[in-house]
Amino acid sequence: MTTDAVRLDRLAPNRPAHVERIDWTGMSAADGARLRELGLDEGASIELLHRAGWLKPGAHACRVGRMIVAMSAAHAAAISVRMEQPSGEAAGPA
Amino acid sequence: MAPAPLIALIGNPNAGKSALFNALTGARQKVGNYPGVTVERKLGHLPLGDGRTPDIVDLPGTYSLDAKSPDEQVTRDVLLGRQPGERTPDLLVIVLDAANLDNHLRFALELIALGRPCIVALNMIDLASRDGLELDPARLAADLGVPVIATVAVRRRGLDDLRAAIAAALPAVDADGPAPRPAPPPAPPPARDSGALRREAARIAARAIVAETPGRRLTARIDRIVLHPLLGPLILLGLLFIIFQAVFSWSEAPIAMIEEAFAALERLIDATLPPGFLTNLLTQGVIAGVGSVVVFLPQILILFFFILMLEATGYMTRAAFLMDGLMARAGLSGRAFIPLLSSFACAVPGIMATRTIADPKDRLTTILIAPLMTCSARLPVYTLIIGAFIPNRTLAGGVGLQGLVLFSLYVAGIIGAVVVAVLLRMGVVKGGGGSFLMELPKYQMPLLRDVAIGLWQRAAIFLKRAGTIIFYTTVLLWLLLSFPKPPESSAVSPVDYSAAGRIAGVLEPVLRPIGFNHEISLALIPAMAAREVAVSALATANAIETSDDEDATAHNLAQRLRGRWSLPTALAFLAWFVFAPQCISTIAITRRETNGWRWPLFMVGYLFVLAYLAAGIVFWTATAAGL
Repeated sequence: MTTDAVRLDRLAPNRPAHVERIDWTGMSAADGARLRELGLDEGASIELLHRAGWLKPGAHACRVGRMIVAMSAAHAAAISVRMEQPSGEAAGPA
Repeated sequence: MAPAPLIALIGNPNAGKSALFNALTGARQKVGNYPGVTVERKLGHLPLGDGRTPDIVDLPGTYSLDAKSPDEQVTRDVLLGRQPGERTPDLLVIVLDAANLDNHLRFALELIALGRPCIVALNMIDLASRDGLELDPARLAADLGVPVIATVAVRRRGLDDLRAAIAAALPAVDADGPAPRPAPPPAPPPARDSGALRREAARIAARAIVAETPGRRLTARIDRIVLHPLLGPLILLGLLFIIFQAVFSWSEAPIAMIEEAFAALERLIDATLPPGFLTNLLTQGVIAGVGSVVVFLPQILILFFFILMLEATGYMTRAAFLMDGLMARAGLSGRAFIPLLSSFACAVPGIMATRTIADPKDRLTTILIAPLMTCSARLPVYTLIIGAFIPNRTLAGGVGLQGLVLFSLYVAGIIGAVVVAVLLRMGVVKGGGGSFLMELPKYQMPLLRDVAIGLWQRAAIFLKRAGTIIFYTTVLLWLLLSFPKPPESSAVSPVDYSAAGRIAGVLEPVLRPIGFNHEISLALIPAMAAREVAVSALATANAIETSDDEDATAHNLAQRLRGRWSLPTALAFLAWFVFAPQCISTIAITRRETNGWRWPLFMVGYLFVLAYLAAGIVFWTATAAGL
């Protein structure tokens, strides 16, 4: 069971989710291709781990499969995710 | 004679490729560049134990054959046999991170589809176990259709098996004859849907994972602290501060030993050779000049030691993550942080490291501000002036005043770089940028052997510079400083009367308003070759001027400068070196990386203007304050 889709940059940390949609027009073609190479595509499991920045949001670190991927706030804003219904279980190992 | 077979180590970034390369080749490696580009080429020799020693090349890591940056283009072109000056590899050793199998298998499938002989090194299998993964290499080999060898490069595990697999695979490419033949270039693989590739990789990974239990999650625990929005930047700042303090405090004993060694050499020459031209050239020119630069080798190695350790532990990419927000405000991405941090050691590898930045405008801006990072060549200058003019006392909290001044100079360079980057992004390098996407690797204990190899390579580069460019400029400067000699009755000093003194006299009126004297004007000319030559120039001039005065000779250079320069002049000299582009190697590498003279000339121009203004402001302010 899942919840409504939210932007990745607004996702609560440490909540497993999966990628619902990526706004590929919101980034360069090269960045889009690199996102896919890092395993980020529609359907991929994802979990926001860390946000950098004090006053202004900085980079976001997410677990994608077994990998931790760092991305700019703009990239995170282009990714819509759907949170897994809270089951109390975190994703795979770090 | 036919060339030895070529093995290519290839894989995703952070798969442990370079550690495996070091483990297989040890010190039998040669670092250079690919022809026409500044992408580093690491070539080694791999004794197989059966009399054969094929060449092995460590290719830059990439995620696919769809290259996005200059180093990824080299990897693709080498694999496809299109790289000028490089043979097509006879065998690919595909390095996979065992703990990140599903992601790394995507690229492995692309590589296997090239149809070249392949072996998979399932590396870092210990970290996979730490994370609770139990893998079946035999099943993976069956699914991929190539041999799979489990390895732990940093612990030297699985290397014999890998060598044996390589030995078994190599004859297959030499089956037609006894002499090795160049491998034909492979055809590019047919384009495959990335989603299909990802699904196939996930399917194969799932079959290879026999069991999965919750692991120690060490990386997650450390990241909770070092990536904390508040603690993370404080830890990073603290680390940088410790590094710069260590550069000073740890180096005292080895510096004293090197100084004593050069002094002993000078005494030996004085005692062995008769007085005259050759003795003066060796003692006042070569030893005073080259020795005054070599003495800073310990500080340079300490700085590189920390940079290599931060890279090896996996912290460096975390630093880039933390810095992305700040860098974005300057129009850059966090990815620029790594080249800029490397530039603290030397701008040349820093500028070369920008090749990992895919966005051309991000890359150009990073290249243009890289010389503002305080490179190790500035350390001899800073150390000399700080040692001469800043009291060696401890402030509250055990912080050394000299270390604090050095830290401030580093901060001044960083602030200058941020301001320049903002202005560049608003003006001549407008548009694009803001792209930050990178993998954060797992934390690892660094292997001291790999760090030692890295330090050795950097020490060799520094000593080669000292033995060539610094040696030649020092000898030339000594000749210019020594001739012509003033008449016996002349009241003019030998240095002022010399050819170099007269050249400096032309420059002096331009530099006098910012507090620079004749001696500084003279030192700045040869220092265009390399910043540290300024120290050897001052040392050589000092040696010549004091050669007839035994009391003065007994005083070291720092003591002599203290007696001849005012504090505002010394501070202005430091401010000048924060900005001045006095390094031919940096200018040359910028020309090569930007494919022309436009941007290096722009860089040299703006940096000299900044240096002049900064030195002037410091001198005028310090003078007004009565320092």
